[in-house]
Amino acid sequence: MRSSIKALLVVIILTAEVSAQQPYRAPRTKDGKPNLSGIWQAINEANWDIEAHNAGSGTVLQLGAINAVPPGLGIVEGGTLPYKPEALAKKKENFVNRGKGDPEAKCYRLGVPRSMYAPYPFQILQSTDHIMIVFQFANALRTVNMNNHKPAPAESWMGWSNGRWEGETLVIETTGFNDQTWFDRAGNYHSTALKVVERITARSADTLNYEATIEDPEVYARPWKISMPLYRRVEKDARVLEFKCIEYTEELIYGHLRKQQGTK
Amino acid sequence: MTNRYRVSLAGLIAIVLLVSADASAQSKQGWTKKMPDGQPDIQGFWSSSTTTPLERPANCGTKEFWTEEEIANNVRTCPAPAGAPQRGAAGQGGGGGRGGRAGRGGTGEVDPHYDLAQFGLNLRTTAVNNRTSLIIGPEGRIPALSQVGEKRQTELAATPRTNFDSAENRPLTERCIIWTAQGPPLMSPGYNSNLQIVQGEDYVMIMPEMMQDARLVPLKPRGKLPENIRLWAGDSQGRWEGDTLVVETIQFNGRNPFQRVGSDKMKLTERFRRLDEKTLLYEFTIDDPVWTKPWTVQVPWAKSEGPMFEYACHEGNNGMYNILSGARAAEKKAAEAATQK
Repeated sequence: MRSSIKALLVVIILTAEVSAQQPYRAPRTKDGKPNLSGIWQAINEANWDIEAHNAGSGTVLQLGAINAVPPGLGIVEGGTLPYKPEALAKKKENFVNRGKGDPEAKCYRLGVPRSMYAPYPFQILQSTDHIMIVFQFANALRTVNMNNHKPAPAESWMGWSNGRWEGETLVIETTGFNDQTWFDRAGNYHSTALKVVERITARSADTLNYEATIEDPEVYARPWKISMPLYRRVEKDARVLEFKCIEYTEELIYGHLRKQQGTK
Repeated sequence: MTNRYRVSLAGLIAIVLLVSADASAQSKQGWTKKMPDGQPDIQGFWSSSTTTPLERPANCGTKEFWTEEEIANNVRTCPAPAGAPQRGAAGQGGGGGRGGRAGRGGTGEVDPHYDLAQFGLNLRTTAVNNRTSLIIGPEGRIPALSQVGEKRQTELAATPRTNFDSAENRPLTERCIIWTAQGPPLMSPGYNSNLQIVQGEDYVMIMPEMMQDARLVPLKPRGKLPENIRLWAGDSQGRWEGDTLVVETIQFNGRNPFQRVGSDKMKLTERFRRLDEKTLLYEFTIDDPVWTKPWTVQVPWAKSEGPMFEYACHEGNNGMYNILSGARAAEKKAAEAATQK
């Protein structure tokens, strides 16, 4: 009895200590902003499917388990996406055609937020007017305008990003997307009405908290949220090596137009 | 007032005088604006467009600069050798300075079918250049090829030319893999000669609009890459030398040969120095065993206005689809015609 009260007290004290802890305060840049620069990468299974999902087979059976889908709890708050009933059919169609239909297979820019959790590193470069986010996959990049905010001039793959600081948090509002990118290899998708509001906050020296609210009234019944940590690539001399993937997908995209053997 | 105070007041006045003298000297020297961390501020949007040819036309001899009078009168031609028809003299068009299109042989021939203003090659986005060629020095020409270079040139010439059989047989630019002029070194691509520089505290990003490949140059020494790691853009290391950003790059993959002969042994040294609000001087030195000696190029860049939009070349490459399907259709038609005979 006495020992269990002691144990309870220890738990209470520990809890109190944890809750009394100040939120992490990031180191500052010379102009006083939280310094989020560095090379980062997500460690999760969202790129296979942002929803909670079981393990599953891949699309290329010859590759065996290499191409299989690892199970994951997903990064969507609540586990599943609030598709409008009429929009779900296209997701299912995308899933069936994912082997050739996934923009990742075609080395296309992955869009937002997918670029942030695809299994490749990216680098945040923080400057006064712009924050650049440079991705390894397909040499894609995002320009975050920190002042002189303007509406998106046209549709694009990576969208048009305007950013601001709210205390410790970098808030990025991105619009102006085309409807060509997917959220994952499972065919979850969006329309040109997509608006992504990301909130990025340092949670320790080597981790960030990443949250995003996704609105797309054409496809989803309500806005939904994703969240995940991002991890610093802490290894010595970590770098974002260029990954120009076009030449590895040309056969997939243009193979049917190849000159047939023996035709002259 | 005590003596002590008097002394420090005098000292303060002396310091103020020194500081202001220094500032006025700097403003005469050029650009003094700094980033919050003290780096010279070279960031923003720039245009590398130029009407100056890479190599000096032969009839200009050792004349390295146009005189102020010649510039004022818009005379940028050297006298032709007696009896020879004068054609394609320097400064008459935009073709000469384009990446991979140097006026070899000294004719400085231009592409007459381009309306230069159409591509923004006008005074607003073209920095004033008083040089007769982008290559500096009395020769103003690409040095002779070494034995290594001649061998490489022969080998490259022997590789099969492009054909229409498949995507991998098309040129790199058509496949959206690389724009020849993006290098590095950064040459003007002829149009859309836009570049963006963004400075962080540990890295500087340098990005040409075409194909929008961002080069992240570390300012702190970084470990050497393993010898077998070869990159389209090479491995860059930057440092500040006074007001000049110096970037040294090695370990190219050699698949985008500079001037159609450069090798994976190329060592590139680039220097970025902002001269004033509107001008950045870009200089690079090529040290590659394919040439008999290193050579240096200077291009003034003009300040340009952003923003820069996404350049998604591969994603929109309908051209490749049309080229290949067109070739297949032509073959089919030819085969049908042959059967009917």
